[in-house]
Amino acid sequence: MDFEYDDEQQALRDAVRGLLTKAYGDFEKRRTATRGERAYDPDVWRQLAEMGVLGLPFAEADGGMGAGPLEVGIVAEELGRVLAPEPFLTAVVLAGGAVAAAGTDAQRAALLEPLAAGESLLAWAHDEPGHGYTSSASATKASQEGDGWMLTGTKEPVVSGEHADVLVVTAALPDGPSTGSGGAGTGLFTVAADAAGLTRTGYPTHDGGRAALITFDGTPAEALGEGADATAVVERVLDQARVAAAAEALGLISEALSATRDYLTSRKQFGVTLNTFQALTFRASDMYVDLELTRSLVLWAAMVLDAGSPEEASVAASRAALQVATAGKRVGQEAIQLHGGIGVTAEYSVGHRLSRLRALEAQLGDARLHTARLAGRVASYGEVDPLP
Amino acid sequence: MRLELSAEDAAFREEMRTFFTTQVPQSIRDTVAAREELSKEQIVESQRILNAAGLAVPGWPVEWGGQDWTPLQRHIWHEEMQSACVPLPLAFNASMVGPVIAAYGTQEQKETFLPQTANLDIWWSQGFSEPDAGSDLAGLRCAAVRDGDEYVVNGQKTWTTLGQYGDWIFNLVRTNPEAEKKQAGISFLLIDMTTPGVEVRPIELIDGGHEVNEVWFTDVRVPAANLVGAENQGWDIAKFLLGNERVGVAPVGAVKRVLAHAKEWVGEETLRDPLVAARFAAIENELLALELTALRVVAHSADGKPHPASSVLKLKGSELQQEVSDLVVELAGPGSLASGAGDDSGVPGWARVATPAYLNLRKASIYGGSNEIQRQIIARTILGL
Repeated sequence: MDFEYDDEQQALRDAVRGLLTKAYGDFEKRRTATRGERAYDPDVWRQLAEMGVLGLPFAEADGGMGAGPLEVGIVAEELGRVLAPEPFLTAVVLAGGAVAAAGTDAQRAALLEPLAAGESLLAWAHDEPGHGYTSSASATKASQEGDGWMLTGTKEPVVSGEHADVLVVTAALPDGPSTGSGGAGTGLFTVAADAAGLTRTGYPTHDGGRAALITFDGTPAEALGEGADATAVVERVLDQARVAAAAEALGLISEALSATRDYLTSRKQFGVTLNTFQALTFRASDMYVDLELTRSLVLWAAMVLDAGSPEEASVAASRAALQVATAGKRVGQEAIQLHGGIGVTAEYSVGHRLSRLRALEAQLGDARLHTARLAGRVASYGEVDPLP
Repeated sequence: MRLELSAEDAAFREEMRTFFTTQVPQSIRDTVAAREELSKEQIVESQRILNAAGLAVPGWPVEWGGQDWTPLQRHIWHEEMQSACVPLPLAFNASMVGPVIAAYGTQEQKETFLPQTANLDIWWSQGFSEPDAGSDLAGLRCAAVRDGDEYVVNGQKTWTTLGQYGDWIFNLVRTNPEAEKKQAGISFLLIDMTTPGVEVRPIELIDGGHEVNEVWFTDVRVPAANLVGAENQGWDIAKFLLGNERVGVAPVGAVKRVLAHAKEWVGEETLRDPLVAARFAAIENELLALELTALRVVAHSADGKPHPASSVLKLKGSELQQEVSDLVVELAGPGSLASGAGDDSGVPGWARVATPAYLNLRKASIYGGSNEIQRQIIARTILGL
């Protein structure tokens, strides 16, 4: 048993940290990036591609690095540390992950290589208005059109969908197998951004990103793989993204605590620094407890994802997601409170950390969802054993 | 990074599991499982079985009965013991006074006391706290005045856990009231509790049990040979002892076991109640995070340096221990009122002890350095606040 990164993993972390600190170590640069057209810095995206980060989890044959969840977690944590707005989670982990899992050899070659090279942006078009957290699609329907497919319906919010070159879309199959929820099966499709009958309306999101309402009206689409029910693939991709998002959250809360500590030792009130007041330092101590427990669970989840069965991975993903949903919210809120008024200003980073934490939760499931997923299993075993 | 145990550690875990579940009498393990009070005889019997197999004091120096285990193996030993409902070796002996005598004692003290301490032939009590010296331990007043080859001890100790069974007590005493710093005038003294002038008085607690005591000393004459370390070196020794006390302080195994038993006690129908299931799920998740943190600390402490995260173990461990006890009270419902009923009661035993156990465990966030002290340690030493 070992919870330390090996030399290669440390080198990856150092390289990514170096790049991102240069890019966003000054928070003003992040603000500038999020106000840009794409809400992230295309230059930073290109540098991440050059470093191999955008192809990290994909097989080497597909233009990737063949790395696992631990390496993805390292990158995500570093992105969280500096609140980098680049769409790594949606483009690489979600959309790229779905292509890697369901695509044919030709599709993987056509889509993942340009993604890894930073030449083509993929977006994950899965959420539908009013449908909550689900691995199936219903507001977007797929129908067969000759040899090909056609999509009709709505996807929203599609993070980074406004500027994506290719959309990876979930859609209800016409007469696919029933899923547990009684709906039709869900297929995975890719749609070119300039396809006929596709409209998109972009808007900013509270965490500094951009999302889009995307509608399809008889839009030509290509099925990923065989065009069969892909619900299980969607679930697996969502679980992978949950663990990556948990790592990003870890970076977010780790730096939220650092900033709070620095503030408490420098800000003066009543003629003394704030750390003179025990009521404040005790709250910072509780933030530290949350941080360490979160780090343990996030590292563990990545290891289980790497080595465990799909069911074990799914449980681990929920465990990590539940931890960051509760501890992350607590730390994010406390960081603002301990900063006082400056914490809610746009020029200061701590407030944006809570905003990003809430965005991750909104994208991949909140405490209620993951508690429910875990609660459904509590009667089936005695003790939770962390060791395989 | 790797989650699995090495083949060697996995075999070690299996060996521990087998020993604890087959060599310690079922009746003793049943008492622990039922969360009932252990008798002195049960605690002694259990520790002697462990000691005969070299499993009572693995943390001690090898020449005094310790084992040359890795920190991870010690962790596995500790968890498996709890998981099998085996009473932990008496902390006063195994993790407090034993390591102190091994580190600071004279050769004669080691030979006299260590074998008997490991085997629980001597039951040690702890004489640290006083009415005006709790978290601020250095404020203690119990005095020892040198008189020839003896010290004459006068004063009072309190919160002496299981002092009613004590054969000997290790006492912090003030030997120099004039010392400039109050920490500098303290010594560590071993006192035979049968000496005239030692009186143990019970303190009744809210759970109705008798677990702690006051110990009074009136002109108690103690051979100077029973001084451990140098005179006025007691504070260093106390810090060494308290440092050991904090290791393995998160009772993860025991809390997990109670939680797992609670599922059996209430049965599947209750577990289908979504609010009950959600509470189990939430606690299990935090407990898993704590256990993994303990494993991270253990895996990292191989180089001898304590991991900074170790300070969260006591804090979160006691909180979760208390939360599980609270959950059990809620699961017991009105049955928990039958706390005074006898064995002919229709209410199951676990429900009858639920509230006394819950009330008793309020102590967990107070002893061993209260949780406020732990927050202070984190704020000062880790966060630099």
